[in-house]
Amino acid sequence: MTRPLAAINDFVVKFANVNGSGSASANGLFVKSILRMGVPVAARNIFPSNIQGLPTWYEIRVSGQGWMGRRGGVDLMVAMNPQTWDRDLGEIEAGGYLFYDSTKPMPPEKFRADITVVGVPLTRICNAAYAEPSKRKVLKNIIYLGALTFLLGIERDVVEALLAEEYASKPALIPANIEALSLGFNWASENLKPLGLQLKRADAVGDRIFVDGNTAAGLGAVYGGATVCAWYPITPSTSLAEGFIDYCKKLRHDPETGEARYAIVQAEDEIASIGIVVGAGWNGARAFTCTSGPGVSLMQEFIGLSYFAEIPAVIFDVQRGGPSTGMPTRTQQSDILSAAYASHGDTKHVLLLPEGPGECFEFGAQAFDLADRLQTMIFVMLDLDMGMNEWLVDPFTWDDSKSLDRGKVMTAEMLDAGADFGRYKDVDGDGIPFRTLPATHPSKGAYFTRGTSRDPYARYSEEGAVYVDNMERLLRKFDTARSLVPAPVVKPAKKKTSYGVIYYGSTSPAMDEALAALEAKGLHLDAMRVRAFPFPGEVFDFIAHHELVFVVEQNRDAQLRTLLINEGGVDPARLVKVLNYDGSPITARFIGGELARGMGAADMANTGEMAK
Amino acid sequence: MTYITKPQFHHPSLKENALGFTRRDYEGKVSTLCAGCGHDSISAAIVQACFEIDLEPHRLAKLSGIGCSSKTPDYFLGASHGFNTVHGRMPSVLTGANLANRELIYLGVSGDGDSASIGLGQFAHVMRRGVNMTYIVENNGVYGLTKGQFSATADKGSKSKKGVVNSDSGIDMVALALQLGASFVGRSFSGDKDQLVPLIKAALTHKGAAFIDVLSPCIAFNNHAGSTKSFDWVREHNEAVNRLDVMLGRAPVTADYAPGELVEVAQHDGSILMLRKVATDYDATDRVKAMAYLQERNAVGEIVTGLLYVDPEADDLHDALNTVAKPLNRLSDAELTPGSAALVKVNARLR
Repeated sequence: MTRPLAAINDFVVKFANVNGSGSASANGLFVKSILRMGVPVAARNIFPSNIQGLPTWYEIRVSGQGWMGRRGGVDLMVAMNPQTWDRDLGEIEAGGYLFYDSTKPMPPEKFRADITVVGVPLTRICNAAYAEPSKRKVLKNIIYLGALTFLLGIERDVVEALLAEEYASKPALIPANIEALSLGFNWASENLKPLGLQLKRADAVGDRIFVDGNTAAGLGAVYGGATVCAWYPITPSTSLAEGFIDYCKKLRHDPETGEARYAIVQAEDEIASIGIVVGAGWNGARAFTCTSGPGVSLMQEFIGLSYFAEIPAVIFDVQRGGPSTGMPTRTQQSDILSAAYASHGDTKHVLLLPEGPGECFEFGAQAFDLADRLQTMIFVMLDLDMGMNEWLVDPFTWDDSKSLDRGKVMTAEMLDAGADFGRYKDVDGDGIPFRTLPATHPSKGAYFTRGTSRDPYARYSEEGAVYVDNMERLLRKFDTARSLVPAPVVKPAKKKTSYGVIYYGSTSPAMDEALAALEAKGLHLDAMRVRAFPFPGEVFDFIAHHELVFVVEQNRDAQLRTLLINEGGVDPARLVKVLNYDGSPITARFIGGELARGMGAADMANTGEMAK
Repeated sequence: MTYITKPQFHHPSLKENALGFTRRDYEGKVSTLCAGCGHDSISAAIVQACFEIDLEPHRLAKLSGIGCSSKTPDYFLGASHGFNTVHGRMPSVLTGANLANRELIYLGVSGDGDSASIGLGQFAHVMRRGVNMTYIVENNGVYGLTKGQFSATADKGSKSKKGVVNSDSGIDMVALALQLGASFVGRSFSGDKDQLVPLIKAALTHKGAAFIDVLSPCIAFNNHAGSTKSFDWVREHNEAVNRLDVMLGRAPVTADYAPGELVEVAQHDGSILMLRKVATDYDATDRVKAMAYLQERNAVGEIVTGLLYVDPEADDLHDALNTVAKPLNRLSDAELTPGSAALVKVNARLR
């Protein structure tokens, strides 16, 4: 018999549910209870593209040390879905625990010998207490929450306080929920012993907030001064628009008239969404759309127009599994190349690569300054993992002394003072021309915007030399972008090493844990988190200073690695692919195993299988 | 597209409007369209209409898609900002521009390929949203720049220059606009300036989605016998339901009208549309009857023109969104960014 796992404030719980069963609210309470006990938690929803009846999972990483990525493996499985029983059972670590509804007897071969099986007759308890089917369905979830509260040592009064908050608007439901909680708690305390996995009050959460990246990015757009949002519903980006709508309602109405200082249009499709954004950007309003890979595919022509006609615009791409409809509710980083080189002809676009909700807010605001400054399309590349899951992050901050950067906009005063206005003229050597907004001046500064070739004064021209001049200027502008985008973040190893690792986006929290685990084994790597494209020079310096650099990504084709090779002329042999792309967020164990293997330390490489 | 700028000098006796502009101040670059193209007549009508309503040229933004018609914004209103967008997508770009600054006048110019084929979806949605704009389709039933393919407005049975008979039903943009909720719908003919200029004036002063379908024969590819978009065919089948005059709150423009019943329609901006009925049973303020009338006449081969429908009390997209009066593109940092104090409260709600 394997020894049962024993741990305090450091384990993984996974709930296997059926979607539409009302489990999300009980699972949310479970997570918030742990947070209220001062213990950091990372929670990830793994859900189908469906409203009712299909399997859904909720994976919770409890980490007193504060590791916020997926660790890999499951210590306690709460198996509430018979459809996925076998698979769920298989995921439990040796020595782990299985919590299940024991109302109906199960044959012994349905269990494993190396785990602790904890049966609670949830259906029987529930049916004995409630007659109405609707109550039975919903309160069964609260009953298992009650049992887990006992088994894991969650403070009962914390859960009760949260239930009261949850139903503050429907107070009649509070006693019923507290009663259901007691039913589960009491049955467990009378019939079972607490598990080896225990929670203990700590003070490790601090003032951190629990928020998803889509909400954070929507709030960032409010702070970044976005006034026009045009969007089309698509998973996993929909909640970004909804976040913007909610925060606009709270923060963006004229206090005297109640009128809106924003305009939001749910467009007929993604093409119209980006068209509205480009029209608003042309006319001087800060505008954005939010979408996912299929939407970016539809927007290609307008993205090229934004690049060539130099119109500020922002796209939040919340990436999901592709290609085609792919895996709409699973996460990937697989739009990097299609965003970086979007549209026909020679194009390149600025990408911002936030690591989680904190940077979703920060970059979500900064994207609009960059769009105005560079007069071009800015992509903010989220993914489903950071976009739709609530992460525990530092509170948002804002510097009130900072003003919005509107870029080079020529005013009527400048025109009257005799400024030589050439819409596409490089006056400062940075590749960025001045623009005028419609109606700036009665007789000066008007020009005709077009997607066809033109000279520096915006006059139509098909002359080869004129075209080439303009295209070269656009490259200069892209070079200027290098110094304006967020710089990479370097975590040097404790000891000098010839190994480096490059990563980005939602891989960040799992990488933090993997690096610590590797260091504990004496494996040292310098780590660089890339935060934007075009790559600042230090990215290539970093590569040059290491013999071997791992590039960790969540896509099949090593897309960021391709960009590094293509843009920096890097020898491909020096960039080692480390790829997780099965749709589940990358785990610390996977990264640790792959990097250890790559560094020749095979003993660490025992968890090479993806995303377990 | 042209880079040929017209010389600025003009005859000293050229008439000035209330702002002191002459008609020449509303012109653009030299047209590169075929000699005799209907589109050039429409450009001239736009110039004339803007001159007559005393529009400050820079207060108008002109947008278009792709095609012969979409090239024309370069040929009028040279002092206005223009935007030649992508094929079939002018409506969305115009919508965004309008959202950014509600104070300007927005003129969208498109063609039948641009609006009825590739852009039919965007055409529909811009109408149903009630974007405050004037949307002109220069309708010739044919793709000119690619040399003579049928467009989606070509009538069933119409013959191409190469002798091919169109087997698809033609899309009636006017019928669509009426059904989709446009609050101003007109149809005219590029060869009838007396009818077209007042229609454009009324559309530009109308608040809401104003649509004008202008039959504009393609001299190069669709002006032959067997075409239902040729000069001869349109002249023979043109049946005006009314004649329009637009008063701007000053002395009415006198015009040469046939006698008939006079209807006055007051618009939001104080302008008055004076409609002289030609078809005595036609009521341009009744959407349902207008739709029925147009269907009936279409069935017997008539091309019904004039101001076909107007709702002088229409709301626009900004009304629906309850946006502030100040253009969104002029809001200050303080009006846009809630600041750190508000963020403290946001953080508190996320714990």
